[in-house]
Amino acid sequence: LIYCYRKPKTKRAKRFLEKREPKLNENTKNAMLIRGGNANLTVTAVLKDIYAVKKPFAVLYKKKNITRPFEDQTSLEFFSKKSDCSLFLFGSHNKKRPNNLIIGRMFDYHVLDMIELGVEKFVSLKDVKNSKCPEGTKPMLIFAGDMFDVNEEYRRLKSLLIDFFRGPTVPSIRLAGLEYVLHFTAVDGKIYMRSYKVLLKKSGCKIPRIELEEMGPSLDLVMRRTHLASDDLYKLSLKQPKALKPKKKKNISHDVFGTTYGRIHMQKQDLSKLQTRKMKGLKKRPAEKFAEDGGTTPKKSKSA
Amino acid sequence: MAAVRVEAVLAAAEEQEAEKRRSVTVEKELELEFDLGNLLALDRNPPPAAALRGAGPRREALLRALARDNTQLLVSRLWELPAERAGGAGGPLVARLPEPTFRLPREKPPPRPRPPTRWEQFARLKGIRRRKKTSLVWDEQAKEWRRRWGYRRAGGDPARAWLAEVPAGADPEEDQFARLRREKRERVARNELNRLRNLARAHRAGSAVPAAPLHPTGHQDREELRRVARVARVSTASLGRFQPRLPKEPAEPPSRSGGKKRRFEPLLGNLAAERSRQLELLRDMGSKKPVLDITRAVNKQMRQEEAEAAAHKGKKQSQRGKRGRRQQRPGRSGKKSGARRQQQQKPAGG
Repeated sequence: LIYCYRKPKTKRAKRFLEKREPKLNENTKNAMLIRGGNANLTVTAVLKDIYAVKKPFAVLYKKKNITRPFEDQTSLEFFSKKSDCSLFLFGSHNKKRPNNLIIGRMFDYHVLDMIELGVEKFVSLKDVKNSKCPEGTKPMLIFAGDMFDVNEEYRRLKSLLIDFFRGPTVPSIRLAGLEYVLHFTAVDGKIYMRSYKVLLKKSGCKIPRIELEEMGPSLDLVMRRTHLASDDLYKLSLKQPKALKPKKKKNISHDVFGTTYGRIHMQKQDLSKLQTRKMKGLKKRPAEKFAEDGGTTPKKSKSA
Repeated sequence: MAAVRVEAVLAAAEEQEAEKRRSVTVEKELELEFDLGNLLALDRNPPPAAALRGAGPRREALLRALARDNTQLLVSRLWELPAERAGGAGGPLVARLPEPTFRLPREKPPPRPRPPTRWEQFARLKGIRRRKKTSLVWDEQAKEWRRRWGYRRAGGDPARAWLAEVPAGADPEEDQFARLRREKRERVARNELNRLRNLARAHRAGSAVPAAPLHPTGHQDREELRRVARVARVSTASLGRFQPRLPKEPAEPPSRSGGKKRRFEPLLGNLAAERSRQLELLRDMGSKKPVLDITRAVNKQMRQEEAEAAAHKGKKQSQRGKRGRRQQRPGRSGKKSGARRQQQQKPAGG
């Protein structure tokens, strides 16, 4: 609560502020879905569908907000600060840019990246009459196409889309619950986004055979303007604190074949007092012992 | 005969296994990249552009087939993860996911450790440690355990205190209740002021504060004003040497007159030191020995060069690694003499 010039007077207010302050392990990113001054039905339907996919980590603003994100980012930043959302999706429509969607993310409540996409075709959740999967399912994300690696803007778009649709980070997942997959294909200057419901069919072996059923929103997108963060700002935002790095265990090394080698440091051992396996054949015979002791009278040996 | 039959049986078994696996295997030109922590798969294969150009159900079918293949590969990978049954034998099969590897930017910058407050510094200095207090205190009058502070506290409700003793040296006409109220208000105000000061110090320590404005605003503290006063004093034509000081302003400490050349010793100070210095000077002027000892100078120069060469070699070695060390041995002597020759030429020229 470093930024608190007014101390919170209740425990609830304190918890509210603690949730919003910077942490080592961050919260799941929230998205805000905003309608522009001139949003039409298509764009509104897109926003509603994406809200359904991203619930509960999204906020859909009901009223229209007359702003232009590419010219003035202050109102977006204000909304982000008020609702603690670091991802946003802004929909608008005009003659020059029909069915416009601006997808973006924030760093420290300032705009980091913004990419403008045009929606050419949209099939909504309601239009596809198949069964849907439950709300809040963590989707599987697949990106197909070499454009996503070659082109810098497409690479940022890929990073943005992963950030947007990722959902909470979980340590383990129920294998039967992998029901939802979002597939993005980049071909010919267009990006096809399709969502499918996954059906796991029996196959002969342990791994099930996958059948896909079309479900959910499908979008045909085309990239328009971009506002990408400068390289050093992007690098700054990627920086993770040192405390999150996994601690390296000393004296342990691995070789190419996967064998783990460990190093143990021992103190100096007195080799004469070492407890070894006793070999009966190597035991000192009484005659030898007598010779060593220097001729003192041995015990009378039993005669055979 | 038996051997042939065994081989046939084994071949048949392998074929059966392959058949079983055929339904779940997918052939791809380039391997996909997986990030199982994010349930992410990246396919680098260029999709069939010509086939996808025509709009309509054909395109949808192609996209769906592509998606099916990629999802099959991803699910195969996920099924290979170590899985266990959560909640006993009958529970659902749960796979343990690894850490996500795809680097995504953070939402907010990582938290900075805040500097210790004045009390924390003092406590650390003195070795004072926090003593854990019990939450309930025994109240003699009520004969029960009451809270230390808050609703129904141990000492009774302070608002209902009907008696306030006049302390020994106080004015008998003074209103004691008013005094108590006033002192409480002052204590609260002082606490709040200290808290804000600690906050400001933490805030200042975090971000680099720009240079203070030279005119006094109401919100500067002692250190800032001192800095500003020093700057104002030095901004005269003679750099503040003839600037009179205010009655309570302390004199400038002499260490601030920085540098070897600006340090002046007092005129009538150490007589013995002055005498020895003057005699040494006369001795050096009178002796026939040259002041600069050539052998010492050359030795110093050689040692410096050796140190530089060693540092340079060390840097190069750490850059190249084992290979560098092995390769450098034959050319070693050549490099060193070359460096020395270069070094010796430099002082002659410069």
